[in-house]
Amino acid sequence: MSVTGASESLLALSQQEQPVDLPRDYPLSASEDDEDSNGERKHRKLLEAISSLDGKNRWKLAERSEANQSVSEFNISSEGIREKLALSDLFQPIKMSSSLVTVKKQLKRVKAKKTVALPLNKEEVARIHREIRTPLEQEILNILHKYKQPVTDPLLTPVEKASLQAMSLEEAKMRRAELQRARALQSYYEAQARRQKKIKSKKYHRVVKKGKAKKALKDLETLRKVSPTAAASEELEKMEKARMMERMCLKHQNNGKGTKSKSFRAKYDLKSRQAMQEQLAKNRELTQKLQVASESDDEAGGVEEDGLMVPDVSAVLMDTKGSNPWMCRSCTCHSRESEIQKDPELPPEHVTLKDSESEEEESPVAEENTLLKEFEERQSLRKRPEPSTYAEPMVCQETQAFSSQEVLSELKALSRQLSKEDRQSRKQKVNSIEVALRSQEEEKPLLLQRPERIQTLEKLSKEGCSPNMEIPRPVLQGQQRERNPDNQPEAPKKKRKEQTIDLQNLLTTKSPFGKSLAVPTLEELEGEEERNQKQMIKEAFAGDDVIRDFLKEKRESVEASKPKGVELTLPGWGEWGGGGLQPSAKNRRRFLMNAPEGPPREDKHLPNVIISEKRNIHAAAHQVHVLPYPFSHHQQLERTIQVPVGCTWNTQRAFQKLTTPKVVTKPGHVIEPIKAEDVGYLSSPRSDLSVMQRIPKGLSVWHRKQLKDNSAG
Amino acid sequence: METAPKPGGDAPPKKNKLRAKRKKPRRYWEEEETAPTAAGASLGPPRSKKRKQEFRPQRPKNTYIQNKSRVSKKPQIPKKPRERRNPEPQRTLSGAQDPFPGPAPAPVEAARKFRRIDKSKKLLHSKSKARSRLEAAEAEEEEASLRAARSELLLAEEPGFLEGEDGEDTAKIRQTDIVEAVDIASAAKHFDLNLRQFGPYRLNYSRTGRHLALGGRRGHVAALDWVTKKLMCEINVMEAVRDIRFLHSEALLAVAQNRWLHIYDNQGIELHCIRRCDRITQLEFLPFHFLLATASETGFLTYLDVSVGKIVTALNARAGRLDVMTQNPYNAIIHLGHSNGTVSLWSPAMKEPLAKILCHRGGVRAMAVDSTGTYMATSGLDHQLKIFDLRGTFQPLSSRTLPQGAGHLAFSQRGLLAAGMGDVVNIWSGQGKGSPPSLEKPYLTHRLSGHVHGLQFCPFEDVLGVGHNGGITSMLVPGAAEPNFDGLENNPYRSRKQRQEWEVKALLEKVPAELICLDPRALAEVDVITLEQEKKERIERLGYDPEAKAPFHPKPKQKGRSSTASLVKRKRKVMDEEHRDKVRQSLKQKQQQKEDGKKPKPTGTRSSALDRFMH
Repeated sequence: MSVTGASESLLALSQQEQPVDLPRDYPLSASEDDEDSNGERKHRKLLEAISSLDGKNRWKLAERSEANQSVSEFNISSEGIREKLALSDLFQPIKMSSSLVTVKKQLKRVKAKKTVALPLNKEEVARIHREIRTPLEQEILNILHKYKQPVTDPLLTPVEKASLQAMSLEEAKMRRAELQRARALQSYYEAQARRQKKIKSKKYHRVVKKGKAKKALKDLETLRKVSPTAAASEELEKMEKARMMERMCLKHQNNGKGTKSKSFRAKYDLKSRQAMQEQLAKNRELTQKLQVASESDDEAGGVEEDGLMVPDVSAVLMDTKGSNPWMCRSCTCHSRESEIQKDPELPPEHVTLKDSESEEEESPVAEENTLLKEFEERQSLRKRPEPSTYAEPMVCQETQAFSSQEVLSELKALSRQLSKEDRQSRKQKVNSIEVALRSQEEEKPLLLQRPERIQTLEKLSKEGCSPNMEIPRPVLQGQQRERNPDNQPEAPKKKRKEQTIDLQNLLTTKSPFGKSLAVPTLEELEGEEERNQKQMIKEAFAGDDVIRDFLKEKRESVEASKPKGVELTLPGWGEWGGGGLQPSAKNRRRFLMNAPEGPPREDKHLPNVIISEKRNIHAAAHQVHVLPYPFSHHQQLERTIQVPVGCTWNTQRAFQKLTTPKVVTKPGHVIEPIKAEDVGYLSSPRSDLSVMQRIPKGLSVWHRKQLKDNSAG
Repeated sequence: METAPKPGGDAPPKKNKLRAKRKKPRRYWEEEETAPTAAGASLGPPRSKKRKQEFRPQRPKNTYIQNKSRVSKKPQIPKKPRERRNPEPQRTLSGAQDPFPGPAPAPVEAARKFRRIDKSKKLLHSKSKARSRLEAAEAEEEEASLRAARSELLLAEEPGFLEGEDGEDTAKIRQTDIVEAVDIASAAKHFDLNLRQFGPYRLNYSRTGRHLALGGRRGHVAALDWVTKKLMCEINVMEAVRDIRFLHSEALLAVAQNRWLHIYDNQGIELHCIRRCDRITQLEFLPFHFLLATASETGFLTYLDVSVGKIVTALNARAGRLDVMTQNPYNAIIHLGHSNGTVSLWSPAMKEPLAKILCHRGGVRAMAVDSTGTYMATSGLDHQLKIFDLRGTFQPLSSRTLPQGAGHLAFSQRGLLAAGMGDVVNIWSGQGKGSPPSLEKPYLTHRLSGHVHGLQFCPFEDVLGVGHNGGITSMLVPGAAEPNFDGLENNPYRSRKQRQEWEVKALLEKVPAELICLDPRALAEVDVITLEQEKKERIERLGYDPEAKAPFHPKPKQKGRSSTASLVKRKRKVMDEEHRDKVRQSLKQKQQQKEDGKKPKPTGTRSSALDRFMH
């Protein structure tokens, strides 16, 4: 049934088609295209009908076959699959004007045709294919060739072409993206700066200022390493600027309100007087003109004399750069250093680029260009805030680990002997440098003492050791360490050392007695042999460091027994939460309830002992944990139960006495009810005497009165 | 009427009153005596009788103090003793007079030894009822300690000693000399067993000191009554024997064999093979807990309850092979020596060591703890012999480098220290009983025919048993052992019946294993942590603190004196007074702290009585 039904619908479709696709006014002599499309459509419909034969009744949009008043918006359909109904189609008039269609087709045809080229005039041809005849022309051609100017087609020079080629579309896009990025970054930075500027906290600004100053110092330092001359000039510039500022403003001239009042008080108050003088000194110092080469005479002698003081020679360095051959050498030396230093810093792209360029263009001009580029790159690198961050850590971290510590530890001892000792080893020199720097640092602001270090380094190089880049680094790091919280890493180390020493002493306690007495039956060894044996033992146990292991174990156990704080952080509280997100460190710190410090460990002062702090809960289960009535403190109860009662710890009599019951009854005797007399009350006036005897103290006034009355009566 | 009972003047009636107060309570069955006092108080003879009764309980009160005062206050005394002596002749049946009336004097110093209450801790102010309890407890303690001190008289035996003639070194005195000098019975205690066939011997004396068990490396196990030399059993277990130990009595023997732990009886019959304890190297028996502690090659310390046959705990020491073990007889804690120079202290209740002491640079070879649990002697691979103080500080008191290092150590009951070094045994002694052995010069030395493999002092006999390659040597060491034994506890002369009875009693008094801790008196302390916890919980549950002091509310007064202002004033007064009290107390505390701080502490550790021996 379904098959026949489907075939019927197919028939119906084929019949229906005609009125839609072939409108009446459509010219019968339609072009092949139209016929083709018609055929295609029919074919498609046929295919669809066939595909619907499989039984699934697909819902089909109803086709509009005739004009109707009530047009349902839901029934609008597009014909075929590929032709999607567009809005513009709906706006257009339904019927296309036939005349326009023909014109269109004609135009198409015209476009498709190609024009046939006309041959040029003879003259023109001759002008183009001109031969070189005159020497002038030849010369001109040569020149043109030489400078790579276009000869035939004078549109673009080869350089211009190359430049055009150099920037491809991708490159242009990249460049644009870069620029965009830079712009975005700039705007971000601006926004940040604006925000920061708005912050009202004075402390914050102070911190920022300090950080900036530090950064500037660091920059200067690195710059100095790279090119001392530039650094020196910059420094001078800065000083000059500071001087100008100082001269212009009235900051340190004791003109302010506060300072005036201070000056008034200065007569009596030592402190304010000092403060005033300080201010003036500062002013003087700042406004002083730089006196160049004034101290150059005592430069050499000063260093030799006391080792700690290195005179200021920055100015010397600046001035005598040209004339002094030594200085010159050092300068070149430094520049070479800088080159060496910089090479690894260059990004690899640059290198490859450079190579390719040099390969392609071998003309001197191009070489110059590349050189110029390199120089520019270097300049830009130099201008970067922290050029040394690339390679330095990797190179010097190992050296830092030991050398700086060594330096620090040896520092104090060496500093005293420094002047006497001849400096031969490099390490010592480094020490001396550092010492000098340190002493300087204490006296002056850091900015002023840069050149000295350079000078000392120069000295090193003068004295013969090759300019190794590893020399200054430990020094630098040492300095940084000093600048950081003073000697903080050293303090705990010292402590630990003390402890180990203590333990060592413990383990090697000399027997309090002298040499052991000779015992006849005992073959005591001779002193030397004993010593030998000791040595042997020492050697045997050199490998396993028992003490260190023990200390480590103890530290671990101490850590483990420390009460841990409770973390009350709610993930997602005050910040973003969700899977894989950890609450921030700040929040964690904020909501961390630090556990109260427990009582001090029992083995706190016993370096060779670890006493477990764990409670024996099994034993505690047998202990008393409730205070009985009359006691208010556990110590009171403890006192009463400390005496053992058992017969194992007491004599027989004592045991009996300690364990006598409060109430003793005897079998075979009648226990009579209690009488008033027994408790001390009077039952009859006659028995008052017995009462008196029994309880002489406990009589109240009333009782006595009664007694008296009785005796009287 | 009132004047009748006090003929002697004013002072006696006061005493009478006191006596009446402390009078022995009249029991309800004592009718004959109480009846006359109740009926006729004015009669003469009964009164005197009553006085007699009053005197009797009085006597223990003025015990030795009175006697002491007799020496100092001569003029007053003659009257009172006379008074007392008068009634006494009447009481004795024979009519003979007691030349030393009253209880026997007791030395105060001896009594101090038996004091148990720690008075170093200061008590807070206590309420009257609590105070009376405390006073009663203190009185009890005083009396009990006095009685104990008095009973020391009964310890008649005195320890032996060895003294050289004017400066002669006692170490030069040989065993043969000693044997010649002593009586026959003692000389018989020195002997050598030549057992060369079955390798080096371990040995163990029973707790009474009467029996000796020996185990040869090559399987020879024997038990004998070494005093009478009567062999109880002798077997070969056909397996390497690592250690041997008597259990609570001489009837049971634990033998650590190559693979497992075996238990034999005194007939040599194998009773148990405990396979859960394998590869045991060392055995220790804790007599009051009935625990057999075993240290194994696998690094486990296993406690076996012998009374019920259950393994209490198996603790992993996490320190490799356990070769060195000893027990602290004072608190039943097991000491293990490790190859990294540490000694760890273990209790079956805790999974981790109670304490760890770094003793030597090399591994620990041997250890011993003295009978009072005060000193521990250790020797290590670094050839050092050290003595540690175990009373909380664990610090070395003295040390000495030995040419060979000691492989075995043993403490005697009276604190002599024996060390086996190769084939030589050295014994050091201290100054007194409580002092550590001074390592300056040996007290005795002896050379054996083989290398030392086991060392133990015999309890209650001046004998040191040494097991070595060539068998067993029983050395005479004068002054080594406790001369007086407790017949109810360890009776060397007990019969079989007595032993059985003791066994039952000991089992009844068995101490639970979980009570083993560093301070054996911890049971007499209050579990403060639980106490606080429960208190807190209670407060939480109730919503208020029931024990908190109620705030002061002034009572309303009448006749217009209860104005609000006066109420407030009174309230303020009380508050101020309390505040002042607090301030006063805090000031006092601060002063005390200052004073304490001023006192220089020599080493930072607790000062001990032995400081004077150290430099």
